[in-house]
Amino acid sequence: MSATFLGMPATPPRSPYGTGNLRGDRKFPAAAHDELRNEQLRGNLGRATRTIRAKRLTVTGELPDWEELRDAGSAIKTDTMNRLPELLEELERNVTARGGTVHWARDGVEANEIVARLIKETGSEEVIKVKSMATQEIGLNEHLESLGITAHETDLAELIVQLAHDKPSHILVPAIHRNRDEIRQIFLKEIPGVDPSLDNVPAHLAAAARVYLREKFMTTEVAVSGANFGIAETGTLSVVESEGNGRMCLTLPDTLITVMGIEKVLPRYQDLEVFLQLLPRSSTGERMNPYTSMWTGVTPGDGPQTFHLVLLDNGRTAALADRIGREALNCIRCSACLNVCPVYERTGGHAYGSTYPGPIGAVLTPQLAGMDAARDDPNSSLPYASSLCGACFDACPVKIDIPSLLVELRHQHTERSGTTAEKLAMKAAAGVMSRPKVYTAAQKASGLGRVLAGRDGKFSHLPPPFSGWSESRDTPAPPEQTFRAWLASAEGAATMRAAADEHTRGGQPTRDQQQEEDK
Amino acid sequence: MTTARETVLGRVRDALALAPAADGAPVPRAYRTGRTLPDEERLALFTDRLADYKARVHPCTADRTAEVIAEVLREQGAERIGVPAGLDPRWLSAHDGEVRQDSADIPAPSLDALDGVVTASAVSCAETGTIFLDGSPDQGRRALSLVPDLHVCVVDLSTVEVGVPEAVARLVPERPTTLISGPSATSDIELERVEGVHGPRTLAVVIRTDA
Ligand code: SF4
Repeated sequence: MSATFLGMPATPPRSPYGTGNLRGDRKFPAAAHDELRNEQLRGNLGRATRTIRAKRLTVTGELPDWEELRDAGSAIKTDTMNRLPELLEELERNVTARGGTVHWARDGVEANEIVARLIKETGSEEVIKVKSMATQEIGLNEHLESLGITAHETDLAELIVQLAHDKPSHILVPAIHRNRDEIRQIFLKEIPGVDPSLDNVPAHLAAAARVYLREKFMTTEVAVSGANFGIAETGTLSVVESEGNGRMCLTLPDTLITVMGIEKVLPRYQDLEVFLQLLPRSSTGERMNPYTSMWTGVTPGDGPQTFHLVLLDNGRTAALADRIGREALNCIRCSACLNVCPVYERTGGHAYGSTYPGPIGAVLTPQLAGMDAARDDPNSSLPYASSLCGACFDACPVKIDIPSLLVELRHQHTERSGTTAEKLAMKAAAGVMSRPKVYTAAQKASGLGRVLAGRDGKFSHLPPPFSGWSESRDTPAPPEQTFRAWLASAEGAATMRAAADEHTRGGQPTRDQQQEEDK
Repeated sequence: MTTARETVLGRVRDALALAPAADGAPVPRAYRTGRTLPDEERLALFTDRLADYKARVHPCTADRTAEVIAEVLREQGAERIGVPAGLDPRWLSAHDGEVRQDSADIPAPSLDALDGVVTASAVSCAETGTIFLDGSPDQGRRALSLVPDLHVCVVDLSTVEVGVPEAVARLVPERPTTLISGPSATSDIELERVEGVHGPRTLAVVIRTDA
């Protein structure tokens, strides 16, 4: 680290951005343009998001104290971020005291190296994996593969994605873009020894996966997982899941390696009482997910006898140094915001180009990996990938004000890129959702008022087309309908095409170089 | 050379210096805690939630435990049954099949040969239909209640709390804890729910109403 000059009130350095799967190859409008042509994707997504949305509303409506739980969840996360150094040290102390080993990783590259080294030390050449956003983010599977280590995903959806050499498209149901026929084909082609008469009934497909994976669970000596929560006070780690593959991975192997983003720490064991209510209800619309595992270090005679915890920065401290970014770190990855988002519903997860899709991805990805318009960074298009309708804010269990954060990011992006208000207006018009008419129709009156008022009243100088919004606060059009209708119309398609053409002409995007600085 | 640990912690401190925290307001905990309900209502709520997850529910008085367990096992066609070392042996006294006592030195994969397992439980939560196992001697190691396809879990109604906060408060953090809400399930294929992927495909809950 660079030396601090004595006697000078030096400004601390900004942390470098993260590495890994945090940036697509193309800007959002161009990528979305192709995804929009995928009827299968749109049909599946529409059905899925509608179903989960309805279930979520039922089970959250059941709790008279839902808003109080959200307040508590939000406050606990804010408190966590404010006390992160001491909480991380406390977590490390308690995991170590219970027989675990804690490792720290500055970025994805380093985390991959640590995990690979730990696996090599066991002598094993394969690992079983519990679905984990963090390892997806750092591209762990690819790294291990390059070293000759096979990583088997064990979550059914992740397995489908992996066997299809595909990418996840949803935080919670990563294979939502596939239908049963496609899945059957994938299994027939990729699972060795699968019954050729396998049909497309989901129960039968799941049974085929069970047989295939059971052998892996029983024979593999090392498992890699993520963590939903890490409790500083006790050193307890937790994984929330449905299928039991998590329990298998966390219990049967001799060695367990858990990769956890530093923002996942929670201060007290008691805080679980809040998040165990918020997470399942927001995520799958269930009162509780079928299985949650909690473990503290190593327990003799029960479960893995070697436990490693890898604490991952990878851009999180860069996000933490920003008021906006810090709020995005409160995310508990429930996916509620994806399921209510009219833009996500149309484009699916791949258009976002990052491990983190949907509304939260549009905020979190530029925060973790940066956005630089001058270098035509695809991430700089993400803050525009929203209709700002406010549904994500209403849905978020930890009350992350995503629409305001997106507006702030747009603001930062224009400032940094030196774009004039006029250029922004043009850009907005070329973007997917940004026609004034569309906005007018897509805004919920309440959300609109809030966005216009701005976070801390800071956005009084919105350029056109935004400046015209206030006149349309009483627009009676049902927001999502009109918006979708527009996107499906010839005019919408033409706008999308124009946007796509413009960005294709823009040439190959270059990666943000800033991440190299700290190496 | 600076270690990654020092670098990351240093970056976190720098970040907090760059964008200082607002005043640390205390966490508001205005949500419901400390709830109680009479036995009958707690039982009704818990039973309803369990049934919602497609668990099989068998309320009984404590003196009928062995009988009910034997009935459930017969119904499921389960003969070879695993039990944790600390389980009350009388609970399996009415079962005609084989009973194998688990121990840490039995390799976990061999648990696959069991038709089912019977365990006790530590705590439950009625509102969510969740059973907590904490590795106590009558619940055994985690693999035991995971690998076999049938899990018969005995719950004493006195250990059933109303809500999540009340249940979490009864846990011992250092113990390996498993929360079970119904049998293993997936909705990964076109969101169609399928019971049973990797954990036990059948969960039967014997609730002892006077224990
Ligand atoms: S931002 Fe909120 S709603 Fe979206 S995934 Fe994160 S916690 Fe869930």
